[in-house]
Amino acid sequence: MATEPTSTESKKDPKSNGNGDDQSLGRKIKEGIDLAKNDPREGQIWTSVIRHKLDDSPRNRSLAVLSNVFLHLHPAKINRDAVRYGFTWGMGGISFYLFIVLTLTGVFLMFYYHPTKGQAFRDILYLRHDVPYGNLLRNMHRWAAHAMIITVWLHMLRVFLTGSYKPPREFNWGVGVLLLVFTMLLSFTGYLLPDDQLGFWAVTVGTNMARATPFLGHEGPFGPQMGMTAFNDVRFALLGGSIVDSNALLRAYIWHCIGLPIVLSVFLIVHFWRIRKDGSISGPAPIKLEHDFKDWAPAKA
Amino acid sequence: MDWIQLWQIASAPDNVPILIMLALVGFYTCYAFKQAFANDRLAAELEADPVMQKTHHRKRFPFQKGWAERVHVWPYLLKIEFLAAIIVTAILIVWSITLDAPLEEPANPSLTMNPSKAPWYFLGLQEMLVYFDPWIAGVVAPGIIVVGLMVIPYVDVNPLGNGYYTYKQRKFAIWTFLFGFLILWVLLVFIGTFIRGPGWQWFWPGTFWDHHRVVHETNRNLHEIFGISGQPAEGIFGAAVVGGYFALGMAAFHVLFKKFANNAYRAMNIVQLLIVNSLFVMMMGMPVKIIARLAFRIKYVWVTPWFNI
Repeated sequence: MATEPTSTESKKDPKSNGNGDDQSLGRKIKEGIDLAKNDPREGQIWTSVIRHKLDDSPRNRSLAVLSNVFLHLHPAKINRDAVRYGFTWGMGGISFYLFIVLTLTGVFLMFYYHPTKGQAFRDILYLRHDVPYGNLLRNMHRWAAHAMIITVWLHMLRVFLTGSYKPPREFNWGVGVLLLVFTMLLSFTGYLLPDDQLGFWAVTVGTNMARATPFLGHEGPFGPQMGMTAFNDVRFALLGGSIVDSNALLRAYIWHCIGLPIVLSVFLIVHFWRIRKDGSISGPAPIKLEHDFKDWAPAKA
Repeated sequence: MDWIQLWQIASAPDNVPILIMLALVGFYTCYAFKQAFANDRLAAELEADPVMQKTHHRKRFPFQKGWAERVHVWPYLLKIEFLAAIIVTAILIVWSITLDAPLEEPANPSLTMNPSKAPWYFLGLQEMLVYFDPWIAGVVAPGIIVVGLMVIPYVDVNPLGNGYYTYKQRKFAIWTFLFGFLILWVLLVFIGTFIRGPGWQWFWPGTFWDHHRVVHETNRNLHEIFGISGQPAEGIFGAAVVGGYFALGMAAFHVLFKKFANNAYRAMNIVQLLIVNSLFVMMMGMPVKIIARLAFRIKYVWVTPWFNI
C-alpha cells in the first residue's frame, strides 16, 4: 500500500483551479480514482476515528490503549508478572465480562417480558418455545448469573489469599464487599421474575426473614414495640404489600432491571478507578521478609 | 444407596452451578496454597541468607537478565482478556444449549414447595435458620458478615504478605478467613443443597427423600435443663450464659492471640483488638450453637419475652 501519497495536489486543495481551471466532470472522476488509490488509513475518516499511527512502535502500543475510551482504564504498561494467569486467576475481569453479558441478554429478555401476574409466566413460556433463540437467551442469562456469583466469590478468595486488601487498597476491598452483596441481590431479585413456584417460594422464604428484622420487622425483636405491623414494616416495603404478589413482582423487576444495576455500576466505576489510583493490579509483589520489619517481628534472641 | 435420588439432586440444572462452584473453590484453594508454600520456602531461604536478601529479586519465577520489568498492556494483557472473553462465551453457550434453566409450575401461594429452598448462594443462611431465629440467621448474621469482611483491612496490621501468596506469614488471617468461607459458607451451601430434604430434615446423600418421615426431636431450652422456669429468672439466666460465653470466649481469645500471634498483638491498638476479638467469638458462636443443638438438643440458650437466642 502506498504510504507516501504521491499525487495529492488535488486532495490537499480540491478547490484549486490552478491546473488550467479544468472544472470538467471527467477531471473530478479522475481525481476521485486517484483518491481511491490512496491508503484509506491516511484518509480523513480513518484518522478521525483512530487517532494514532498503526506501525508497531512502543508509542503506538501505548496509544492503542490510552486513546481508546473502552480500554483506557488500563495503564499503558504493567508489571510483567501481573499477566501470569496463576496469580489473579482472571476472576475480577471475568466477573465484569459476565456482568456485560448479563446486561445484554437482560435487555433482550426485557423486550419479551411483562412484569405482571399471569402474563409474566406466559412470557417465559413464550420465550422458551416460540421466540427464536429465546430459550438460549434465557439460559445464558440464568447461567451467567450463577457463574458471576461463583467468579465474584473466587475473586474475593484470591484477593484475600494474596493479601491484596492491605494498604493502600483497604477502601477498594470494602467497595468489593458491597459489589459482592449487590451481585447476590441482583441474582435474588431476578429469581422471582419467572413467577414460577421456584422463584415464588425462594422469595417467600427470603423475604420472610425481613419481618424478623430487629426494630423494623413486625416479628423481630422489639418490632411490635416500635409499632411495626405486617403493613408498615421493612418486609412490606420490599414487597409493596404483605404477601408476594403483583406489587412484589413489579418491585423485583424494577430493582432487578434498573435500581440495582445503576447502584452496582456506580460502585463498579469506583472499584475500577481505585484499582488504578491504588497502584494498578496488586502483584505478584516481591515477597517481604520478617527481616524487613524489625518492629513487627523482633529478632528471636 | 438410592443412587437415583442422589443423581436427581446432582443433575438438577440449578444444582450444576453448585457442583462447579465446589470443584472450582477446591481447585483454586489448592492452587493458591501451592503457590503460598513455594513463596514460603523462598522466604525461609532468604531469611537465612543475608546476601541473597539484598540481591534476590524476591519472586519465585526465574527472571532473566535483560527482561523488561514491565510489558505493554497491548498486546500482552489485552490478548489474554479477549481470549478469556471468548472462552467464557463459548462455555456459556455450550452450557446454555445443554442445560435448560429451571421453570416450575406457575406460582401458587396455596401449594407450598417441600423443601422450599432459597437460591443456592443463600443456603448457608437458610441452614443457620435451623439453629437460630430468623432475626439472627436472616438479618443480623449477614449484616455482621458484610461489616466483618469490610473491616478486615483495618484490623489486619500484618505488613507481610501484601500482594503475594503466603501461608506462614499470615497464618491466623488465612485460617480465620478460610474457616469462615469454606466451612461456615461453602460447606453450609453444600449441606443445604445435598443433605437437606423435605421438611428441611437431614438426609445423608444417597438416602431416599421420604416426605412422610417423622423425626421426634425433643429440643429443650437450656434453662429447662437447669430446672429454671418463670420469666425474669429465664431471661437473667440466659443473659448470664450468653454473657458468660462472650466473657470466657473473649478472655480465651485474648490469651491465645497474645501467645500465638504476638506480633499482631503488639502492633494492634485496643479498638482493633476488641473488634477482632468480638467478631471472632461471634463467628465461633455459630459452630458452638450448631454443636449445642446437634449433640445436646438445645433449642434456645436465652429466652426473653422479646427475642430468643
